[in-house]
Amino acid sequence: MSEAPLLTVEDLEVSFPGRTGVTRAVRNASFTLGRERLGIVGESGSGKTTMGRSLLGLLPRTAQVTAKTMSYEGTDLLACSERDWQKLRGRRMSMVMQDPKYSLNPVQTVGRQISETALLHLKSDHKDARRRTLAMLEAVQIRDPELVYGLYPHQLSGGMGQRVMIAMMLIAEPDLLIADEPTSALDVTVQNEVLRILDDLVRDRGMGLILISHNLTMVSSFCDRVLIMYAGRIVEEIAARDLQHARHPYTRALVAATPSLTVRRAELATVTRDPEWLK
Amino acid sequence: MAGRIASFLFTLAVTFIGLTAVTFFISRMTNIDPVLAVVGDKATQAAYDGAYKALGLDQPLVVQYFIYLGRLLTGDFGKSVLTSQPVLTDLLRVFPATFELATIAIIIGVAVGVPAGVIAGATKGRWPDQVIRVVGLFGYSVPVFWLGLIGLFVFYGKLGWVAGTGRLDVFYQGVVTQRTGVILIDAAIEGNWEIFANAFSHLILPASILGYFSLAYIARMTRSFMIEQLSQEYVTAARIKGNSYWSAVWGHAFPNIMVALITVIGLSYASLLEGAVLTETVFAWPGLGLYITRALFNSDMNAVLGGTVLVGAVFITINLVSDLLYKLVDPRLRRQ
Amino acid sequence: MSDGLSHWLMSEAPLSRRQAVLGRFYRGIRSILTNPTAVVGLVIVILLVLMGIFAPLLSLGNSPLTQDLAGRLGAPSAEHWFGTDELGRDILARTLYGARATLAIVALVSVIVVPIGLAVGTVAGYMGGWVDAVLMRITDIFLAFPRLILALAFAAALGPGIENAVIAIALTSWPAYARIARSETMTIAHSDFIQSVVLQGASTWRILFRHIVPLCLSSVIVRLTLDMSGIILTAAGLGFLGLGAQPPTPEWGAMVSSGRDVILDQWWVATIPGLAIFVVSLGFNLLGDGLRDVFDPKSGS
Repeated sequence: MSEAPLLTVEDLEVSFPGRTGVTRAVRNASFTLGRERLGIVGESGSGKTTMGRSLLGLLPRTAQVTAKTMSYEGTDLLACSERDWQKLRGRRMSMVMQDPKYSLNPVQTVGRQISETALLHLKSDHKDARRRTLAMLEAVQIRDPELVYGLYPHQLSGGMGQRVMIAMMLIAEPDLLIADEPTSALDVTVQNEVLRILDDLVRDRGMGLILISHNLTMVSSFCDRVLIMYAGRIVEEIAARDLQHARHPYTRALVAATPSLTVRRAELATVTRDPEWLK
Repeated sequence: MAGRIASFLFTLAVTFIGLTAVTFFISRMTNIDPVLAVVGDKATQAAYDGAYKALGLDQPLVVQYFIYLGRLLTGDFGKSVLTSQPVLTDLLRVFPATFELATIAIIIGVAVGVPAGVIAGATKGRWPDQVIRVVGLFGYSVPVFWLGLIGLFVFYGKLGWVAGTGRLDVFYQGVVTQRTGVILIDAAIEGNWEIFANAFSHLILPASILGYFSLAYIARMTRSFMIEQLSQEYVTAARIKGNSYWSAVWGHAFPNIMVALITVIGLSYASLLEGAVLTETVFAWPGLGLYITRALFNSDMNAVLGGTVLVGAVFITINLVSDLLYKLVDPRLRRQ
Repeated sequence: MSDGLSHWLMSEAPLSRRQAVLGRFYRGIRSILTNPTAVVGLVIVILLVLMGIFAPLLSLGNSPLTQDLAGRLGAPSAEHWFGTDELGRDILARTLYGARATLAIVALVSVIVVPIGLAVGTVAGYMGGWVDAVLMRITDIFLAFPRLILALAFAAALGPGIENAVIAIALTSWPAYARIARSETMTIAHSDFIQSVVLQGASTWRILFRHIVPLCLSSVIVRLTLDMSGIILTAAGLGFLGLGAQPPTPEWGAMVSSGRDVILDQWWVATIPGLAIFVVSLGFNLLGDGLRDVFDPKSGS
């Protein structure tokens, strides 16, 4: 990785003022991302989704986002106006969300939703957008793109829906994709297939990928590096292949708790939380 | 699907029977002797008995009800004491005035209420939302007849911006040939723009007042629907694609509430028919409402009950159809 | 409130049924008090009640019924704060006494619709089956009736008067409560604690009355408060048409009507009572919104 990183984040803080005080959802997060696969693992409430959304400027108005640095391909994300974000989102950075049942617009056809991204960013006319959409549908390995183009989201299976989502978010050729629990809503049998498609596309286009998940096994097999988050902090940053040698007790506990088909155990290990980790 | 329509028709029929049963019951409750109304109080006993039989009053109550129902279904609503016309003729004569009023009112309600509701929902908690909610709140709290009076006082009495009560200045009445009964349309057909303008200046105030109530309700429901949609993931997805916030609001969230809005508009229209009763009284607007209240004060039972059945039937039909439409297109059904 | 008492009320582990019920009530009131608009609504409603009760005292010695034809249509003055109407009666006094008619209608309608609605709704929700189907049909039928028109028809037959207005309003209002009670009942009918009461041998009536009805009450009360403004407006509308409380009893709708002819010059005769209707209706709406936020925060705002 000799070139400059795509994304640089230093000391990111995200907090939400509330009735009972301020909730710090992300604390002192720092990392960089190049054209590689970075996984972010954590349980619910660890702040991983919040961090993902903050990178796209999609947190609610009440959120307070501060950082020493937060820049993408030279653009200072902290200084972005809504207009600036509109130019970034979809075109240079994008996100695939968890459940296509909810993340696709129920009253628009699939084709139209995918084309919209092209129309917004690529100076296409409708014919060109349609052509690109069909090409994209093929790229995510949907067998009959012409047919699927005219379908509505509720007519798709989970796996197909997620592939449509991927098509929709990659059609404008962003350099960074954040995938927030992209397979958690899918059947296990379909999960691998979708991951594989994502993998191929990211690799072919030389994109950077941030994969957010609670599933350590999946992330470790899919990503190059992994960030472990707990209570808003990044507690460990490690190469995927070195997970066995993790240093932070939380990471070690997570690794230990993973059920394995090969290692014999009488009981599954659980994670004992140390209040020290909250500091 | 067929099941729902069958259920709807059944409810419609049963409700209609319920309505007519109530009006029948009311007609029997009255202290006025229906026989005397026909033969006069100087009639002989024989004439009285004859009329009694002719009216079917010697039959058991249930039979009488079915006779009544039968008459209604053939359009025989009885004769009006006041006008000596068949009630149905009267009703058809006055209905266009109410229709005109209610229709302009609903147009105002939708044209202002829907965008207001969308904006309120999309700016939830901030000042546009607060303002719209306050305006709406006043809309459900203020008595329509009082607002009408104040409106007349201010806009007609003090400012002279609109014409006074009635549908047309006395000067212009009867000039335009009655085709549809809706003066605006009739005047436009003849190209008589002077009368059109006069009719409009009479219509605008009562229609605006009714429209205000309509828009308060429509804005509230629209806001509520929008808030629900804006919290959905697909709206965030639209923004991730690069849409601006308002583009996501109007282009993505709004189309998802349009169907639910149709039923809201239907229900609002139905309730406007009721609101029209009071408005017509204030503005001396010769529609159904005024007809019924005049009949009421002249103890013209046939007219009152006939009007009740008509308004009731329209009201019931709009309500049930709106209900049916909503059940048919409920998004939960679509998601399977 | 002393620390001890408020602590006892807020306790998470109440020791008696009474403590639990009072605690809920106390917590509810505290929540309402944090919401400024709800407080305004509550204040207005309380003022309405006080107006009605203390009308004689607050009228400053003026009677609502004494006519003074020489002094008719007088402008607001030191003696008559709100002026006098077309028969020379003091408008302030009539407005204050008019609150009684409003309170009477509110109370009577509530007393009729809540029990009927609860009865029909809980039975339908608990029994299910054909009982439910029949009861819901009946509910649907009444739900589809136009309220004001029906009241007019009643008045035509039975003569004008407050009782007939109440009946007509009540007849068209109860279905909404039946629906609410039914949906609440259906949610809890198969829950474990109801099952345990069944196993204890409780009769159906006991189950419904002592266990299910109390749980429906909060939703019903919220709905009632919100409906109240509509009921007041309908009643005022009937009064305006001359079908509510009969003269000389003061009633706000009727007062607006009698001020109609002189609106251009003596605007206060019609405006003051109309304002009263508006403020009271607004008060119930605000209070209802506040109650709904407390008891059912998922809806609307």
